[in-house]
Amino acid sequence: MYTEKVMEAFQNPKNVGEIENYDGMGMIGSEACGDIMQVFIKVDNGVITDAKFKTFGCAAAIATSSTATEMIRGMTVDEALEVTNKKVIDVLGGLPPQKIHCSVLAEQAIKAAIEDYKKRHAAQGC
Amino acid sequence: MKNIYFDHAATTPVDARVLEKMMPYFSDNFGNPNSQHAFGRRSVCAVDEARDTVASLIGAKPSEIYFTSGGTESDNWAIRGAAHANAQKGKHLIVSAVEHPAMITTAKELEKEGFEVTFAAVDEFGRVDIAKLEGAIRPDTTFIGVMTANNEVGTIQPIAEISALARERGIVFFTDAVQAAGAIPLNVNDPAVDMLSFSGHKFYGPKGVGVLYVRSGKRIGKIITGGHQERSMRGGTTNVPGIVGLAEALRLATADLSQNAAYVASVRDHFIARVLNEIPYVKLNGHPKDRLPNNANFSFRYVEGESLLFSLDLAGIAVSSGSACSSGSLEPSHVLLAMGLPEGLAHGSIRFSFGKENTIQEADYAVDKLKEIIVKLRALSPLFPKDLKNEVY
Repeated sequence: MYTEKVMEAFQNPKNVGEIENYDGMGMIGSEACGDIMQVFIKVDNGVITDAKFKTFGCAAAIATSSTATEMIRGMTVDEALEVTNKKVIDVLGGLPPQKIHCSVLAEQAIKAAIEDYKKRHAAQGC
Repeated sequence: MKNIYFDHAATTPVDARVLEKMMPYFSDNFGNPNSQHAFGRRSVCAVDEARDTVASLIGAKPSEIYFTSGGTESDNWAIRGAAHANAQKGKHLIVSAVEHPAMITTAKELEKEGFEVTFAAVDEFGRVDIAKLEGAIRPDTTFIGVMTANNEVGTIQPIAEISALARERGIVFFTDAVQAAGAIPLNVNDPAVDMLSFSGHKFYGPKGVGVLYVRSGKRIGKIITGGHQERSMRGGTTNVPGIVGLAEALRLATADLSQNAAYVASVRDHFIARVLNEIPYVKLNGHPKDRLPNNANFSFRYVEGESLLFSLDLAGIAVSSGSACSSGSLEPSHVLLAMGLPEGLAHGSIRFSFGKENTIQEADYAVDKLKEIIVKLRALSPLFPKDLKNEVY
């Protein structure tokens, strides 16, 4: 049911963990739904220099977390906001229909992390 | 790469002796038992013999045995057939909250037709609460359906007590014995049941064939209409090789039952003991003692079931998850929720179901792999508390 790319990203996920002094953090989902994604970003001069994640969820949730964090590294925060779940799915070579919601969570967690960054940034007055 | 099968509650391989018995009925003796010629008569003999065998193994009369396409059809037929046949008497049905979807879904369909259904509550182990079930019985209750043993957590139901409650009130009592057949002794008179279902492929027989037992004198409507097969109660060309295979598989399973059950339980108990001793934050779901000999069902805290299932699959270990993602729905197992498990734990449940070809070495390999996988997935989990050590013993 999963593509080889999904299984590879699930087996050997990249960017697992937390960033100690993160600039933005977003957490989406709930234990009741069976999927929770937490994304941490480090931002330097508007560019995402590091992104890490922790995910409680199915193989597709873990694979999309890995791929999405991989995609936004090196992007500006505005570019990262354009990373839609469709783009993540394309990189993974597709997802089964009942797994699409997992990729939506990845997109939302990244957006939440960027919003968090923007709030903190604004609060610092820079 | 290992190839370990711990999913016998899903299906089992066909026993070589069963396959050998079936083979002639695919080609040499291919006749339709409804045909009037010698080809047909040879098939009639085979089906009659199979019916006699099945009946004698479960304490029934041959005329009380109906062959079907499997457990789902038998369950559908039991509840729908009994509900319709008794609709003049009353339109209230009771089924347990932990029945197989073949029952739950059909009961919900019957609700749309104007029947009322009570889904009887279970305790934390998945056992039907007898007092609550008795309290749910009404003057217009015509049917009570409670499985002999649960497919997800293996809990054995108190069907003797439930049957007594039902039958002393003239309510039809049906038990789905799909998971129990071949695993624990079955006899339609001890405890007495009015209807009982099982399926060939759960005890090393073929897929696509099952049985519905209906006690003499109990009325049941048809759901598959057609020709005169199965005494005009179930149309469709008779599945001769399947029926021959089911009977032989049940004969073998019954003959070897105590020996196989003891062996399978020994592998299963070894597995359970190691998991509980060596992996922290694990819950064994189901009854600690009153459970099928082949079943172990765990919730691994902070870990989601499907990612665990796929990780085990990649290590060559086949198991089943009752959790959301694998089944394609977002709902966690209705069985675990009915038992009162929090949704998070219900999402992290995995069923290991053992068979007679499994070994202690396989169980040990699986525990060793499981420990590695659990540590890896907990390291990934945002739910794993920072003040806990992510370790196994």
